[in-house]
Amino acid sequence: MKAKGSILVVDDEEIVRDSLARWLEEDGYQVDTAPDGQAALTKLAAQAYAILLVDLKMPGIDGLQVLVQARTLQPDAAVIIMTAYATVDTAVQAMKQGAYDYLVKPFEPEELSLMVGKLTNTQALRRENVLLRKALKRQCEFKDLVSKSPKMEAVFELARTAAKSNSTVLILGGSGTGKELLARAIHAESLRREGPFVGVSCAALTESLLESELFGHEKGAFTGAVGSARGKFEIAAGGTLFLDEIGDISPKLQLDLLRVLDAREFRRVGGSQVIKTDARIIAATNRDLKKLVDSGSFREDLYYRLNVIPVTLPPLRERKEDIPLLAEHFLAQFRTEMRKPLESLSGEALEMLMAYDWPGNVRELRNVLERGAVLARGPILTPLGLELGPPTLPPGAPTDTPDSLREVERRHIEVTLKQHNWNITRAAKALGIDRVTLYNKIKRYQIREDE
Amino acid sequence: MAGQGTILLQWMGGGPMDRDLLERVRQRVESTFALPARLLAVNGPPPDSLEPRRGQHSSTRILRWILTTLPPGVTKVLGITDVDLFIPVLTFVFGEAQVDGPAAVVSMARLRLTYDGQPAPLALVEGRLHKECLHELGHTFGLVHCADVTCVMSRSNSVLDVDQKRAGFCRDCRQRLRALTEERDGP
Repeated sequence: MKAKGSILVVDDEEIVRDSLARWLEEDGYQVDTAPDGQAALTKLAAQAYAILLVDLKMPGIDGLQVLVQARTLQPDAAVIIMTAYATVDTAVQAMKQGAYDYLVKPFEPEELSLMVGKLTNTQALRRENVLLRKALKRQCEFKDLVSKSPKMEAVFELARTAAKSNSTVLILGGSGTGKELLARAIHAESLRREGPFVGVSCAALTESLLESELFGHEKGAFTGAVGSARGKFEIAAGGTLFLDEIGDISPKLQLDLLRVLDAREFRRVGGSQVIKTDARIIAATNRDLKKLVDSGSFREDLYYRLNVIPVTLPPLRERKEDIPLLAEHFLAQFRTEMRKPLESLSGEALEMLMAYDWPGNVRELRNVLERGAVLARGPILTPLGLELGPPTLPPGAPTDTPDSLREVERRHIEVTLKQHNWNITRAAKALGIDRVTLYNKIKRYQIREDE
Repeated sequence: MAGQGTILLQWMGGGPMDRDLLERVRQRVESTFALPARLLAVNGPPPDSLEPRRGQHSSTRILRWILTTLPPGVTKVLGITDVDLFIPVLTFVFGEAQVDGPAAVVSMARLRLTYDGQPAPLALVEGRLHKECLHELGHTFGLVHCADVTCVMSRSNSVLDVDQKRAGFCRDCRQRLRALTEERDGP
């Protein structure tokens, strides 16, 4: 029969060691004995024990010294101090030094049975807990990305290989699947990691603004171009240029981009000087580029230029096994950011997250948990604080629908500026555009700071 | 069930042996372990087992004495006594045994009393003695304590625990006993 656990009995009296060892062996424990403190320390250095039963008074190294050393040598072992002279002082001292408990000799058989049994159960639960946590942590990682899904493992493997080359990578995946995170991870894993990572959201800008963003402009190239500016292709020299939402760029820019990718050179808007670029391109889109090619709205030649190493990020609903892992990951982040004692999700809350379809993918999960973390009143997040899907308006509430897309943009910029006390740099960062673009928009929409 | 050899039940009490009582225990032991069992009386517990300060006998010293006097052909010896037994760290023990060894000892001293210290009915005492003899001998065949409180191999820290169990092994312990015996003696 398999032994239940290992116990070390330390006592200078041979008959105590012998009888106590036998008594414990009858319970199925594997018992070892040591006649003094020194022998105990030698054994502790060589073998792991679950429980130590240590006599307090021994010549040489006494029980308290064994206890102190055991805490260092085997912090997981529980130490029970046995003493014939129970004084509050020694008991307090033993407990302060980290003893699990102490027994005054002679003690009732029941007392020892209960103590050892309780300890064994606790240790078994702790071991099980460690194993479960390990199982939960059995995951693959690629920089800041974590997953335990075989699909994601394949993605990471491909991304690692892609990182070693200079080839263009096309990241495909729904909104919120982590395309930019993956692009950053590829950059960080590549030989260009010391160079800059420059991101541009192609959908957020008008054609002319995006053109200027990408290639830069010379002074006087257009109204408002009061000085010359470097474009992202120049800024990303020696590094990586991440073109997000590539499926949304205009036909003219598709052609410009194709030329740059072909010739590895370009001109600033309004400039004549040819500038070389060695930036590595990672493009991403949540649209079906092949369909766009078929419908004629995306250039086929550009598509093949970009589609050198295609990497597809699966939606969260196809890797639901990652939800507990991601939830733990985000909770750990919020714990630090919000300085709240957030521990975990309740079983019901996790069930709710597992049952949901996550159209907004990992970003939506993060947002739901962030809201839950803000509202959480205790360490456990319950379904009460987790709102899934679009926010629901109370019945009869005014919908306040704005008139046009321009109006939405104007209001959004105005709100963001107010939120950042009209700090242009911070507001531009929050909006995902650069400062020049924000200034232009403020001017265009005639947004003014309140008095 | 328990293989080869003989079991010796050795009366080593301070008072006279109750031959009829021990004969019934012998028969129970013989039928349970499927081995011949003999009954023998010796002159009380070994003198060095007495601890005058406690007025109790050391079960460990009794086991050591049994081991030095093991008769040839005897595989297991169970000492049965009427003196109260102890091991140094505990207030008392009902008995002590070597797990997978030849020696064990059982005391009737506390089996004769109710939980609150009154004399217990003789039939109850005899039942308890049967159980504790099977229990300690079970240890000598390699069995350890069982989590099933009705199994004779469950640990008893009081007479209430003894009364709760049956005078027999649970299915798991019976199978384990068979396996242990076959492992040692062959099927």
